[in-house]
Amino acid sequence: MKQATLILDGMPVPFADGQTIMDAAMAADIFIPHLCHHPEFRPQGSCKLCTVKANGRYVSSCTMQARDGMEVENNTPDLNDKRRTMLQMLFVEGNHFCPSCEKSGNCMLQALAYELEMLNPHFDQFYPDRPLDASHPEVLLDFNRCILCELCVRASREVDGKNVFALAGRGMTKHLIVNARSGRLADTDFSLSDRAAHVCPVGVILEKRQGFSVPIGKRQYDEQPIGQQMDRLAERTAKVED
Amino acid sequence: MLDSNHGLYLEPILARYHLRPENLVQILREAQEHFGYVHPDALDYLSVKLNLPRARVEGVASFYTFFHLQPCGKYRVLFSDNITDRMLGNQALMERLCRNLWVEAGKMSEDGLVSVDYTSCTGMCDQGPALLVNGQAITRLSAERIDRICELIRAQAPLADWPPEYFVVTDNIRRSDVLLAGDWPAGESIRAAIARGAEAVLEELKLSNLRGRGGAGFTTATKWESARAAPCPADKPERFVVCNADEGEPGTFKDRVLLTRHADLVFDGMTVAGFAIGAAKGLVYLRGEYHYLLPALLAKLEERRGNGLLGKAVCAQPGFDFDIEIHMGAGAYVCGEESALLESLEGKRGVPRNRPPFPVTCGYLGQPTVVNNVETLCKAALIALKGGAWYASLGTKQSTGTKLLSISGDVENPGIYEYPFGVSVAQVLNDCGAGNAQAVQVSGASGICLAMHEFSRRIAFEDVPTAGAFMVFGAHRDMFEVARNFAHFFAHESCGFCTPCRVGTSLVVNFMDKIANGHGSQYEINEIFKIHRLLHAASHCGLGQTACNPIFDTLQKFRPAYEQRLRSLDFEPAFDLDQALAVARQMTGRNDAGAHFDAHGREVEVGVQS
Repeated sequence: MKQATLILDGMPVPFADGQTIMDAAMAADIFIPHLCHHPEFRPQGSCKLCTVKANGRYVSSCTMQARDGMEVENNTPDLNDKRRTMLQMLFVEGNHFCPSCEKSGNCMLQALAYELEMLNPHFDQFYPDRPLDASHPEVLLDFNRCILCELCVRASREVDGKNVFALAGRGMTKHLIVNARSGRLADTDFSLSDRAAHVCPVGVILEKRQGFSVPIGKRQYDEQPIGQQMDRLAERTAKVED
Repeated sequence: MLDSNHGLYLEPILARYHLRPENLVQILREAQEHFGYVHPDALDYLSVKLNLPRARVEGVASFYTFFHLQPCGKYRVLFSDNITDRMLGNQALMERLCRNLWVEAGKMSEDGLVSVDYTSCTGMCDQGPALLVNGQAITRLSAERIDRICELIRAQAPLADWPPEYFVVTDNIRRSDVLLAGDWPAGESIRAAIARGAEAVLEELKLSNLRGRGGAGFTTATKWESARAAPCPADKPERFVVCNADEGEPGTFKDRVLLTRHADLVFDGMTVAGFAIGAAKGLVYLRGEYHYLLPALLAKLEERRGNGLLGKAVCAQPGFDFDIEIHMGAGAYVCGEESALLESLEGKRGVPRNRPPFPVTCGYLGQPTVVNNVETLCKAALIALKGGAWYASLGTKQSTGTKLLSISGDVENPGIYEYPFGVSVAQVLNDCGAGNAQAVQVSGASGICLAMHEFSRRIAFEDVPTAGAFMVFGAHRDMFEVARNFAHFFAHESCGFCTPCRVGTSLVVNFMDKIANGHGSQYEINEIFKIHRLLHAASHCGLGQTACNPIFDTLQKFRPAYEQRLRSLDFEPAFDLDQALAVARQMTGRNDAGAHFDAHGREVEVGVQS
C-alpha cells in the first residue's frame, strides 16, 4: 500500500494511521511551535500555539488527525503572527520576569518568544496576584509563571496516579490548585521523583537547592534555538535528577 | 476525619444520586441549597465518598458561577445584566437596592444577610428587568418592587411569603404558527413514530430537512442516523438522547416558553429520538436560571410514567424502554456548547471537548449521543406525527419549517413570535411594534448585528441564521454600549481552556473600557480587530470564535458611536495621572485645583482656592 503523506509547507511528510499533524511533523523533524503538547501525554489542544492551516482551515495540529494528501501550512507569516500574539497574551496574563527566573534558558515560553521574535509583551500587564507555595521540602511552586498547559495535571494523573494538580476557576480566574484542603503542596503526596515534578515547560515547579546549578548561557535553549531541537522535543523523557 | 455535621445532609443527597461521580454538579447544587454555600468540609466529604480527588471536586465547584465556596448572604440577589435589562434600568435598581440595604455589589453584607451581584442574561428579556433571589426568578422590577424586596429581606421573610406576583413569569406568545397554535396531546407523536417504525421516522426526518434550532443548523436526520449507526461496545450497548435546555444566549427565552407550555411535546420529541436511535435514556440539561421550572417538569415526568409514556415498554411497545432525567446547570453559558454540556452532565468542568470524535459516536459517558435543542425536539415530534413532506412545505427550501423568535428591546410587544423561515426582518419589526429601530441583534451576543439598510434580509439559514434571539435597539440607543455589554459577557463566560479566548476576551474588555472612559484612540480599534481575527481563527470553540462579532459588526455599521468617544485618532495611554492622584486627594482631604492634573498630565493652573 502507498505510504500516506501530508504536505507540510510544500514538503511531503509521511505518517502512520492514527497520527496527528504534530506527530507526523515531529517524526519528520519539522518544528511546529507548541507549549501544552508533550509526546508522552494525550494531546490537549489548549495553548493553541500549534495552530496550523490544514486544507484552508485553522486547526490545532496536536489534536487534528493527519489525512492523506492534507495540505498543511505551518511556517507562514500569518500563523507566526498569530502565535506571537498568543505568546504575548501568555506573558501579560501571568507575571513573567525572565531575568530573575530560575528557568531562564530552560523555559519553553521564553524559547518560543525568541524563536518567534517576540520583542515585547505588547499588551498591558494584568499583574495577577498569585502567591508562591514554598511549603514542600523539595519543590517550590511559583504560580506567577503558570501558563495553564496542564502537563503537571496530566503527568500526576496519568503517570504518577496521584492527581496532585488540578485546575480551578474559570476564564481569566482559572488557576492551578493542588490536592489539599490547605492548598499547600506539602500537604499532598507529591514527591520530587514524580513525573509531574519534571514536565513543567515554564518555571512553576522548581526543585529547591538547585538554583542556577547550570549557569545562564549554558542552558538548553541557550545552546540552540528551540526550533532546532526537534530530537530533544520529540524524546522528552523523564529527566529525574539522581 | 470527616465532619459528621456535613455528612448529615450530604448522605441523603449522595444516596439519591447513587454515589455516582457523574452526578457531581447535581450533588454540589443540592448541597449548596441545603447549607447555603459549599463548605470546605463538604468538599472533603464529597471527595471521599465519591472517590474523587479533592482538587477535582474543588475544580468543578469553582467553575460554575452559581456555586459559592465562601459564605454568602442568606439572600443571594443576582441582577440579570443583559443589554435589555440595562436598557430597562437595571443598574439604577441595583444601586437602589445596595444603598437601601447598605451592601456593596459583589460582597456579602457584614451581618451575612444579603449578597448582591450581576449575572448573565437570565432569559427574562421580555419582562425585565429581572433578578434571581436564591435561584428564583423575579421579573418586571421597578423601584417600588426593589423597595419592597429590601423590606422583605430586612424582615428575613422566607421566599414563600414574598408576594407571589413577583415570581410570575408570563409566556408572552405574540404570534403562533404550526407549533404554538397546535394542541399536542402527550404521547401522540410517540404512537405515530411507533406506527411508522424507527427507519421510517428517520426517512420522514430526512424528508423534512429539519435543521438544528440551537444555532448551528446541523441536519437533524444526519445526527440521528449517525448516532443510530455508531457502534457500541457489546458490554455497554447504550445510547443517549440529550435535550439542550441550557438557553444561555443573551436575549433568548423561547425554550423557557416551550418548557412551560409544551413540555409534553419536548418529552415526546426526546422519546421519539430515543425510539429512532435505539436509546433507553434521555437527559434534559436545564439551565440553572430556569430552576423555577423544575417542579412542574418533574411532575410532568411522573405523570408520563403513570400514563405509560415513560418507563418500561413505552406506549405498550414491547422492548422500547425509555426514561428521562433532568440535570440542572449552574451558571455557565459555555455549557450550551454540546460537548461542554456533556462534560457538565458527567459532573466535570464545562470545557468543550476536542472534536472529532463527535457526540454522535462518543458522547455522554463515551456512548453514542444525540444532543438536540429544545425547539428541535419539538419539531421532530411534529414531524413524526405529521410527516416530513408536510414540514418541508413550510418555510424555505433550505430552511424548512418555522422558527421561534424571542423578541425584546425597544418594541411595543416583546415576547415569542413563531414565523415560517424566510420572513424578513422588516416584517418582524413591523409586527412587534419596533417604531424607530436603528439596529437588531439577531441570534444573541454571538450572532449578527443588522443595521437599518439590512432590514430587508430574511431569517433563514441561507441569509440571517438565528438561534432565536432578536433584540431591537431604537435610534436613541448607544450601539457602543451594546457591544461593550457583550464584550463583558464573553469575558465573564469564557471557560478559560484556550489561550486566545481566555486572555483575548479580557483584553477586549480592557480596550472597550478604555474607550468608554475617554482614553480611546484608533489604536484600540485596530487592536480589537487584530484580536477578533485571532479569536476567529484559533479559539477552541464557538464562544471564542464569535466573541468579537458584536464589536466587529458595530464597528463596521455604527462607527460614529465609537469615534465620538475617541480622544485622538492616534494613541492615548490608559494611565490617567489625575485618577492616580485620587487616593492621595482622599487621604489629604484636598480637592483644590493644585491637587489635579488635566488629561494630558499638565498641572491644572491654580485658581482661586475655595
